[in-house]
Amino acid sequence: MKSAKEKIWSLLETVTDPEVPVLSVTDLGIIREVNLTDDITEIVITPTYSGCPAMDVISMNIKMILLENGFKNIKIKSVLSPAWTTDWMSEAGNEKLKKYGIAPPNPKQQVCNTKLFEADEAVQCPHCNSFHTRRISEFGSTACKALFVCNDCKEPFDYFKCH
Amino acid sequence: MEKNLEISASSKISPKREDLEGAYILHLADNALILGQRNAEWCGHGPVLEQDIAITNISLDLIGQARNFYQYAALLIGNGSDEDKLAYLRNEREFKNCLLVELPKGDWAQTVLRQFFFSAYQSLLYTELQKSSDEQLAAIAVKALKEVTYHLRWSSEWVIRLGDGTEESRQRMKNAINELWPYTGELFVAADYEIATAEKSFGVDPSALKNEWEEKVNRVFAEAMLVTPVGKWMQTGGKQGKHTEHLGYILVEMQYMQRAFPDSEW
Repeated sequence: MKSAKEKIWSLLETVTDPEVPVLSVTDLGIIREVNLTDDITEIVITPTYSGCPAMDVISMNIKMILLENGFKNIKIKSVLSPAWTTDWMSEAGNEKLKKYGIAPPNPKQQVCNTKLFEADEAVQCPHCNSFHTRRISEFGSTACKALFVCNDCKEPFDYFKCH
Repeated sequence: MEKNLEISASSKISPKREDLEGAYILHLADNALILGQRNAEWCGHGPVLEQDIAITNISLDLIGQARNFYQYAALLIGNGSDEDKLAYLRNEREFKNCLLVELPKGDWAQTVLRQFFFSAYQSLLYTELQKSSDEQLAAIAVKALKEVTYHLRWSSEWVIRLGDGTEESRQRMKNAINELWPYTGELFVAADYEIATAEKSFGVDPSALKNEWEEKVNRVFAEAMLVTPVGKWMQTGGKQGKHTEHLGYILVEMQYMQRAFPDSEW
């Protein structure tokens, strides 16, 4: 039989990012802790980006699913430090991203540096697997993505940028 | 110098330690909010789609940073204060942002140059603020610095692209420098709440960031074939609540809904 904590973790696996619906909050690595004390269920989460609008929706969805499953007095606590990094994303999450058509963050962590006009490490096209790609824009459809195009298959794609 | 530390019209004007810390955090929040709001004016009007998305993404980051600061300021201020009240119900004289961020967005040259000036400043500031004796302030800075690094690279590249571009783009960048330069000095003139909080390693004394900022600007300007102005008179006042006429207009637009329909949510 599952403990209450394990049950919460498996419920959290079903809560997805509204902007990247193939990723669960556990895939994203934004759940820091699950704390159960007497009557209180506390979920400690960390935002991906300061202004990510998905965070409010995610908090609400976590509350909903826990309430539906009989948990009470749910508190969502947001903790900023240490800051979230794409290194915390799960291996499974990266696979799901790729299947969904979004290039996962490069395995070698490369946070943006201040060197100008420098190409990042090659990003692999999620459609044809070519590394012959180029960046169109540092900023994509959401804060966490950059816009790329594949020079071989010519398809544009989103890249979940290292952060 | 006039003391303008009141958080709301009803609070007392006595610069207690909490007041100074509250004022300092509000200053950080106001800078981020007002520039975020200004940049958002480009939404749907950017020169090309990708850059429209870029500038509004930068907006989103800045407004997110502002929210983190306001939430923390509200906690320190207490008295039923919250992030929305701080953003939507304070008047012009209570805003402590620098004049630079409230100026109109102008053309694309002016927007990217202002972003460059400000991001270069913010990146130095947050780098120092990460070491704040205050855990929460340090945490906000760690998070925000990652975002600002992108803003700085993006805006530096644009300054170079336009400065060392066509005759037209170069002229526009020169005009932007003439327009904005007199507002850069204020970033480094410490207000009383900056001095007081820096003494306790809570905040950062911005005057210590000036040299490094100038070096950064000089490097990018040199690559952009632009000349850094020297010895110009500098505008100040924003940090003390004495603003240009532009702030009033932006607040009217931003605060209209909350003023007309108090406590409305959507």
